[in-house]
Amino acid sequence: MTETIGRPILEAPAAEGAHDQHMILNMGPQHPSMHGVLRLVVEIDGEIVVRLYPEIGYLHTGIEKTCEAKFYHQVVPLTDRLDYLSPMANNLCYCLAVERLLSLEIPEKAQWMRVLLAELTRLNSHLIWLGTHAMDIGALTVFLYTFREREEILRIFEGLSGQRMMTSYFRIGGLSMEPPLDFFDRVQGFIRTFPEKIDEYSNLLTGNPIFKGRLKGVGMLSADDAIALGVTGPNMRGSGVDFDLRRDMPYSSYEKFQFKVPIATEGDCWARYEIRLIEMRESVKIIQQALDGMPEGPIKADAPKIVLPDREKMKTQMEALIHHFKIVTEGFAVPAGEVYQGIESPRGQMGYYVVSDGTAKPYRVHFRNPSFATLQALETMCKGRMLADVVAVVGSIDIVLGEIDR
Amino acid sequence: MAEAKTLIGKTAVLEGLAGHPAVKAVLAWSPEALLDAKFDRGELTLTIAAGQIRAAAATVQAAGYNFFEDVTAVDWFPSSPRFQLSYHIVSHSYKERIRLRVMLDGGAPTVDSITPVWPAADFYEREVFDLFGISFEGHPNLRRIMMPDDWQGHPLRKDYPVEGYR
Repeated sequence: MTETIGRPILEAPAAEGAHDQHMILNMGPQHPSMHGVLRLVVEIDGEIVVRLYPEIGYLHTGIEKTCEAKFYHQVVPLTDRLDYLSPMANNLCYCLAVERLLSLEIPEKAQWMRVLLAELTRLNSHLIWLGTHAMDIGALTVFLYTFREREEILRIFEGLSGQRMMTSYFRIGGLSMEPPLDFFDRVQGFIRTFPEKIDEYSNLLTGNPIFKGRLKGVGMLSADDAIALGVTGPNMRGSGVDFDLRRDMPYSSYEKFQFKVPIATEGDCWARYEIRLIEMRESVKIIQQALDGMPEGPIKADAPKIVLPDREKMKTQMEALIHHFKIVTEGFAVPAGEVYQGIESPRGQMGYYVVSDGTAKPYRVHFRNPSFATLQALETMCKGRMLADVVAVVGSIDIVLGEIDR
Repeated sequence: MAEAKTLIGKTAVLEGLAGHPAVKAVLAWSPEALLDAKFDRGELTLTIAAGQIRAAAATVQAAGYNFFEDVTAVDWFPSSPRFQLSYHIVSHSYKERIRLRVMLDGGAPTVDSITPVWPAADFYEREVFDLFGISFEGHPNLRRIMMPDDWQGHPLRKDYPVEGYR
């Protein structure tokens, strides 16, 4: 333990006599292109990156420890704060894990609503990625366009849950409340025009020689490296690995939806850019299918000891009031066991590992977040390239520090 | 749910899932290293002897479980053995996930690092080292990752308080 205290992050340069030429440069944690509080310690030879070490933990708040002191249903709002750009994906993953521990059957409408919202979240997240990534490269205009569309998604979320970002809309056993009356019309209106908006971004960027020059052939990651380093999601598919949990290990009735999983084999920043643009188009298709085939029925499981009763029932029925009181004050016991639930979040494979000892509080909750693993591949992608390419690569792998540091 | 089948214990799993690629591979490699097994809620858990985890990881990797997803620990304080390490590994070809489990005593918990098999385990093992105080033999750069380097104690252990002073 003690031997690491005071040890320099990057020890003596690998090459003998390289001391004089090589320079250690600190990027971050307060750096406009670092997407949060990421600190990169970079060893450079002139402008060429020799080594790169990501130093993380600046946002560590011990969420996993906090979860152990909360009831199961109180953890849902904490999961929003992990990947704060795609809160619904986090909610979904946690709820699915606990529901499997409870062996709880979720009504079809709730499952379809979850798919719809997970895909809207993906659009939301990819829009922020596209805007900030293009801004890092110097194409400032796109940012204003993507945030215009994101604003509409956030308004839809606000109408749905009362919150723009930290929605906490999913509950163990279903959804927190019925969607508002205009919800489906608003989503329909949004996705009707959205494919044109993607064309608009594409017109601004795809043919742009500066954008192309900064991304093509930059940040190369081979398929073998992607698998060896744990890279998932669009980053992995950009390197030619054909795997998507939504299609290959479906959850929450994703198996009932038709969509394509885009693959590119180049493995550079440009491939990752193209993959995410196609993913947005596929998400629109999934949302359209969810709107068209949205089943009727309840949005909560029929499990009065786990799911909070409707407000009206609580005011009129004695048992509902008792259940409400019991759930809020002492939670609900979850059968002992362990479950690992994986979902395809906008950033890659997210996995929540929940261990129960049979009480009302989780014994251990662990979050496997895609960005954490992706960061390990950063050195591989940047080595031997110019320092300015680091900014392009960090933008293209789409990391969120909230879920890395937890 | 299709996950209703539950098999507890090594013999039950060996009978019920004899054709499972991971079970077959581990048995062909070393039946003694497999201490216990469980199939619960659609998830296969294989408990591996503590000294054998690196070889076990290489075995399942060769059997088609090519993608390392996660490693984390659970602190069962005050029971013994105290620490449980859970490795989650996905197969892109079988479209399936397995869990390898290692149990460790509380004294000075040490286990072989699996970074030679999957470099992806680097950050995850550092996280377990930082938050649980479990050492990984053969890890290239075992140092704290979340907490500051001079931090005392390991926050995710159960004898570490959630709030207040230590």
